[in-house]
Amino acid sequence: MSAETIKLPETPMPSTQAESHRLAAAGLTAGYDARTVLRELDLQIPEGSFTVIMGPNACGKSTLLRSLARLIKPASGEVLLDGAAITSIPTKQLARTIGLLPQSSVAPEGITAADLVSRGRHPHQSLLKRWGREDEAAVREALEVTGTSALATRPVDELSGGQRQRVWIAMALAQQTPILLLDEPTTYLDIAHQIEVLQLCTQLQAQGRTLVAVLHDLNQALRYATHLVAMRDGEIIAQGAPEQIGTPELVQEVFGVAARIIEDPETGRPLVIPKAPPLPE
Amino acid sequence: MTLTAERRSAEESLAADQSPTGPPLFGPGTRPVRTSSFSALLHTRTMAVTLLITAAALAVAGWNMVSGSAMLGITEVIQAFLGSADEGTTRVVLEWRAPRVLFTLLGGAALALAGAVFQSQTRNPLGSPDIIGFSTGAYTGALLMAAVGFTGLWATPIAAILGGLATGAAVYLLAWKRGVSGLRIIIVGIGVSIFLSSFNTYLLTVLSLETAMSVATWGAGSVNDITWNHVYPLLAVTAVALPVMLAHARQMRLMEMGDDAASGLGIRLERVRLIQFTGGILLVAVVTAAAGPIAFIALVAPQLALRLTAASSVQLLPAAAMGALLLTASDAIARAETMPVSLPVGVVTLVLGGAYLVWLLVVMGRSKRGNR
Repeated sequence: MSAETIKLPETPMPSTQAESHRLAAAGLTAGYDARTVLRELDLQIPEGSFTVIMGPNACGKSTLLRSLARLIKPASGEVLLDGAAITSIPTKQLARTIGLLPQSSVAPEGITAADLVSRGRHPHQSLLKRWGREDEAAVREALEVTGTSALATRPVDELSGGQRQRVWIAMALAQQTPILLLDEPTTYLDIAHQIEVLQLCTQLQAQGRTLVAVLHDLNQALRYATHLVAMRDGEIIAQGAPEQIGTPELVQEVFGVAARIIEDPETGRPLVIPKAPPLPE
Repeated sequence: MTLTAERRSAEESLAADQSPTGPPLFGPGTRPVRTSSFSALLHTRTMAVTLLITAAALAVAGWNMVSGSAMLGITEVIQAFLGSADEGTTRVVLEWRAPRVLFTLLGGAALALAGAVFQSQTRNPLGSPDIIGFSTGAYTGALLMAAVGFTGLWATPIAAILGGLATGAAVYLLAWKRGVSGLRIIIVGIGVSIFLSSFNTYLLTVLSLETAMSVATWGAGSVNDITWNHVYPLLAVTAVALPVMLAHARQMRLMEMGDDAASGLGIRLERVRLIQFTGGILLVAVVTAAAGPIAFIALVAPQLALRLTAASSVQLLPAAAMGALLLTASDAIARAETMPVSLPVGVVTLVLGGAYLVWLLVVMGRSKRGNR
């Protein structure tokens, strides 16, 4: 890091404190084994937002999402749901509030789309209530919202990458949670399927869900997020509406890339154009 | 009273009105069954296959009851159970054949159940307790107990259980690296298994000639000397382990999608893993304590059942039925009149299972099944 102090955007940070939130991290320190990735991190996920966590590789964005999903136990600090530490909430109850689309999951060989999606009902089922009407209704709705109803009886391993990802999202939707966490939902998808998945996220958010996603692509993050969290070296550098924090200074500080920001002609959102290096004489 | 009944029926009709409609979500063989306190999806094919395999296992078991060095009629067998047969027949049926037949049925089911949970947990058809050393470890426990001079109704099974659990813990810890992966468990398990087999061979040379002779036949996996005293521990362990393992079968299947996905669905991974591992090891150990390490039933039965049911992951009950059928059938072959000597049943399962293993490795090499 340079000794120079980097100027942060002049626009005042939106006071996230004032916005309502259900999911939050307070003084969160977490990592793997002896390696600490996140240090004393505070974050509130605005209720009803499509929050995107972004940053360069190894900045701790996945670790943060995994901590929010209780896949990683904090070394210190807490992840809070409605003010209570999520470690104190019974796992099944938590799974009725927070859904998760992990980065890598395995579809058992030969499993059909509907069968996979119906697995999302687990937190609502019990030993004797294994397949109620509400389960079937939730699975049908999840298939419909993700546009996969027609694929219901098809084996998942025969589907295209984009279809498969939509089926996995449908599984998380069948869980019927108000909060949905997505760990790099567009990785390994081609551009058409990336857009498909991101538009689905926007649609889900418009229906009233709170979404938190880790995204790799800076421009996609700026375009689709309603709340952006920029991370570097395990710390949150800036957060707020993309229009407010999407500045050249931020791109320089977070990614170390000199860039211009122009207005996206389609959406009016910021669009990052990396500067061309001077041509050798 | 009437009011509640009325309200309930009103609620039920309301629920029926909201009953989801649309094209079928599942294939024709799958349909929902719902009552006021129970609901489930029934897979007709799985149920039919399970019933058929069970029927076949019982038929072979029946054959094993009547056949042998003295061929008996069905009426004689029934008379023996009713207490109206002569003394010789009663002894053959009740003291020799009945415990052996019951043991092969239950023991086969127990081994297959253990195989199913380990294959599911390791997400690999090779992840079976006979491959990853748990039966070998149980045998080590029993041999160690014999070496220090204890054999008996409970001493041997307890030693085998301790041996199996210790092996399980060792494999788990050695394979641990920020969580456990199925493949690492299998590779570490094979290593531990090889080490323990040579240790077992060493123990046999240390034991007195007489003890060594008796445990050596047992080492191949034999049900020739099964008595009621071997059946009781197996019955007790199965009665406890089976319902607990069945109750966690759904969680186990969800865990096949990966730890993160299962956690997200509210499954307590380590708890389910501990229950299924412990249950599986107990079942393998109690069978091994009585009959020695019977190879391949745990490996083969769940996969055969899986192919017959055409399900997407191993199922406990069909696997158990298949295990019972395989072990009773292997015993029928082992003690057939045409055999020059009375073979240990483990030799038969070894031959059948070895052929299956070769086939599995060839298929796994060609397709992606098992490479996940």
